[in-house]
Amino acid sequence: MDVILKMAGITKTFPGVKALQDVNLEVRRGEIHAICGENGAGKSTLMKVLSGVYPHGSYEGEITFDGEVCEFGNIRDSEARGIVIIHQELALSPHLSIAENIFLGNERVRRGLIDWHRTNAEAAELLARVGLKENPTARVSDLGVGKQQLVEIAKALSKKVRLLILDEPTAALNDDDSEHLLDLLRGLQGEGVTSVIISHKLNEIEAVADSVTILRDGRTIETLDFQTQTVTQDRIITGMVGRDLEHRYPEHTPTIGEEVLRIEDWTVFSPTQRGRKVVDGASLTLRRGEIVGLAGLMGAGRTELAMSVFGRSYGVDITGRIVKDGKEIRLRSVDEAIKHGIGYATEDRKRYGLNLIDDIKRNISAAALGNLADRLGLVDPGKEYQVADKYRAEMNIKAPAVTAVTGKLSGGNQQKVVLSKWMFADPDVLILDEPTRGIDVGAKFEIYTIINRLADSGKAVLVISSELPELLGICDRVYAMSAGRITGVLDRDRATPEAMMTLMTTASLLDTDVTAEEVLHTPEPALEVPMQEKEQS
Amino acid sequence: MSSIAPPSESETTVAVRVGSGARFEFNLRASGIYLAFGAIVVLFDILTHGLLLTPENVSNLIVQNSYILVLAIGMILVIIAGHIDLSAGSVVAVTGAISAVLMVNHHMAWPLALLITLIAGAAIGAWQGYWVAYFGLPAFIVTLAGMLVFRALTMTVLGNQGIGPFPDQVRTLSTGFLGSTFGNVGLGPLGGADLFTLIVGVLAVAAGVAAQWRTRAAKIRYGQHAESVPLFAGKMALMAFVVLGVIVQLARYKNLPWVLVLLTVLVLGYSLVASRTVFGRHIYAIGGNPQAAVLSGVKVKKVTFWIFVNMGVLAAIAGVVFAGRLNQAGPTAGTNFELDAIAAAFIGGAAVTGGVGKVVGAITGGLIMGVINNGMSLLGAPSERVLLVKGLILLAAVAFDVWAKRRAGTAR
Repeated sequence: MDVILKMAGITKTFPGVKALQDVNLEVRRGEIHAICGENGAGKSTLMKVLSGVYPHGSYEGEITFDGEVCEFGNIRDSEARGIVIIHQELALSPHLSIAENIFLGNERVRRGLIDWHRTNAEAAELLARVGLKENPTARVSDLGVGKQQLVEIAKALSKKVRLLILDEPTAALNDDDSEHLLDLLRGLQGEGVTSVIISHKLNEIEAVADSVTILRDGRTIETLDFQTQTVTQDRIITGMVGRDLEHRYPEHTPTIGEEVLRIEDWTVFSPTQRGRKVVDGASLTLRRGEIVGLAGLMGAGRTELAMSVFGRSYGVDITGRIVKDGKEIRLRSVDEAIKHGIGYATEDRKRYGLNLIDDIKRNISAAALGNLADRLGLVDPGKEYQVADKYRAEMNIKAPAVTAVTGKLSGGNQQKVVLSKWMFADPDVLILDEPTRGIDVGAKFEIYTIINRLADSGKAVLVISSELPELLGICDRVYAMSAGRITGVLDRDRATPEAMMTLMTTASLLDTDVTAEEVLHTPEPALEVPMQEKEQS
Repeated sequence: MSSIAPPSESETTVAVRVGSGARFEFNLRASGIYLAFGAIVVLFDILTHGLLLTPENVSNLIVQNSYILVLAIGMILVIIAGHIDLSAGSVVAVTGAISAVLMVNHHMAWPLALLITLIAGAAIGAWQGYWVAYFGLPAFIVTLAGMLVFRALTMTVLGNQGIGPFPDQVRTLSTGFLGSTFGNVGLGPLGGADLFTLIVGVLAVAAGVAAQWRTRAAKIRYGQHAESVPLFAGKMALMAFVVLGVIVQLARYKNLPWVLVLLTVLVLGYSLVASRTVFGRHIYAIGGNPQAAVLSGVKVKKVTFWIFVNMGVLAAIAGVVFAGRLNQAGPTAGTNFELDAIAAAFIGGAAVTGGVGKVVGAITGGLIMGVINNGMSLLGAPSERVLLVKGLILLAAVAFDVWAKRRAGTAR
């Protein structure tokens, strides 16, 4: 067996915490090797040890690459050997061109000056290799996340990559872009590039990986070989959580009441692209105690629909009717939406959901400070603490106290803070946009349980998710959206993945002007500054 | 909770450890400024052989720095919201000029003139607030333009010359003292001191201790971590010592300066606004993450607008106080005041990125600069050296803050 990379007995200690404990990893030459594990299992830490982010000497153990023992002092050392890591948060400079980004820190120079012809020509070659049809001089911020990911790979190729490490490469990508990326990995495999891919998406691992190493609590649990044994997703999950996962979704019997919210003929135009309809005559209804899903591919207009309803926080020239409890209401601001009992927990909690420099209690109270006012109209800090502490216990937020800063919590715990915030605001209708994005399996189950509890308390919950199985697992009814239109709604027992996918792709087949890969927001969430929290995983 | 998701061992320990580490850092960062202030006072008192803390000089320190401190209160709110105000010095000048023209040239009754001046300050703040909040221009640009525009207006209003003298009442506000109500009492070796001032001091300390005790009791009632009784008593004793020390020196000199009364009201009022009102809490929310604030129902534009209006009003108060102190409104009044106020806010622990800061911190930052100014001039240091020291102190204070934050971030 030709092993290109061997990491043996890696132990990495942070003050007070063993992030990695005697971890072993063997990667064969030319394979695609997946690494799986819950958040905090040590995947990213292991890759940082490998790439020299944590220099030799700060960890115990030995790294052997291509038969030689390596002692990397920094990223440049590892890149010199052909080990290139692509982080979850893309590290591109948004205002520079594709070519400039590809050769950033590695500029094509002639006589001390940048050789632009060579830069752009070589960039064009690399773009052709990764299958990205863009001009090398195009600005990176004008590209969607999927294309930016390809630029990252082109950048890696420019460094003569031999071992490519991808940390959650498809987390922010839609299905088409993900598929393209995985195809590209297979293509690179053909050219002799070995890849290590960290991913939560088990179906992708099943599709692309040759073997998978599972980490749990900073230890290697096992390495499974797809060629010699049958590896199912359930098998991987069992390894990740250390127990059988019979039910990924909690059991729930809904008690559905009368209609609470009806949206009729809702149309929204894009604020950036003049005249483009992002939501086109959408109508939907929500009932008390009901969990309703909103499915769609990226660019279908789900978030835009939700945010435009939520006090016009997105879009221009919005038309249509909102009927709440049988009465038509007009929501001109977020404040009014909250007053009318509508809450919206954003898909991007770090950018739009939390004040990361402030503590848990102040984040929980942020949307309903008025509820904490004493008779003089002053915020009562004692009551605030009490309320926050109640949610900490109820929602199982893992933090020493509610005075802990939210920026330091793990993704799952941050999401619980966001949910607590909206539970405290006590809306009748709660829209949850990608409530489990970037959250590990165990915490997902907790979030589903919370969603069920919200519904049981009589609220209508609208869940937007890109993970179809999740919607089918927890929703009583699922709407499908495509190219800005609601293309259908199916009850739980009739909603099969196949039926949903057909609806989610219907309108785009009819109307080819609007492609699914059109991007939701600019700048992309993926360009976000890396947060401290990542250190933990 | 769910049966399949027990708390993962490693995650819990991380959180606990990080939490306790963060609490320690937070304490160091939050109280470092007060320790530094104490050290600077002691240092200069020793260097000046006790001249710094003489009754007259303590009184001078307060009167000399009052207008910067008033500006610092407004500035800290602007900075917490993630903005900046470079125009404050020019606004001080133009509002001083307006009040001078009204009171001196037009012989308007001083209360009415004062009211109009404050309204003018509010209007200036509204102008800048409009461009920042509703038009969406960066505050740096808007207030840089304001710095030039309002300086130009000052010169126009004054016709390029100083206008004075001011009515006695206005001068009293800036440099006068409260009358002696109960006469003097003897304080042994310290000599005679004003009884009324002493009574006010004792009452202030009593009120302060009572308020802190109530806060502590409430914390315990809600099951929060509260400091131990000895620690609490120590803190209160220190507070009483500092307050009474200042009060005794003031009482031995003349009495309470009127500006101190004004400042005390402003500091207490704005501390309450910042920490306890919905408006104040929204300022922190905006500075911490504006997008998240919008999606939490905070009226970001409106709040931002009013922060600038408030800044304009406080600059107008500072303008009148300063003009009253010089007994003249001049075309170059208030030059570089904005920089002192900004420095006060940052020395006092505000974050460059917004979302962090306290009114009391900004006041302490302003006092640190005031003590350095005053102490060095008592030592006969040339003004270039004073500037040099002030510059380095500002750099050191912010560098410390960033360093402490980074340590809190990486020690995990």
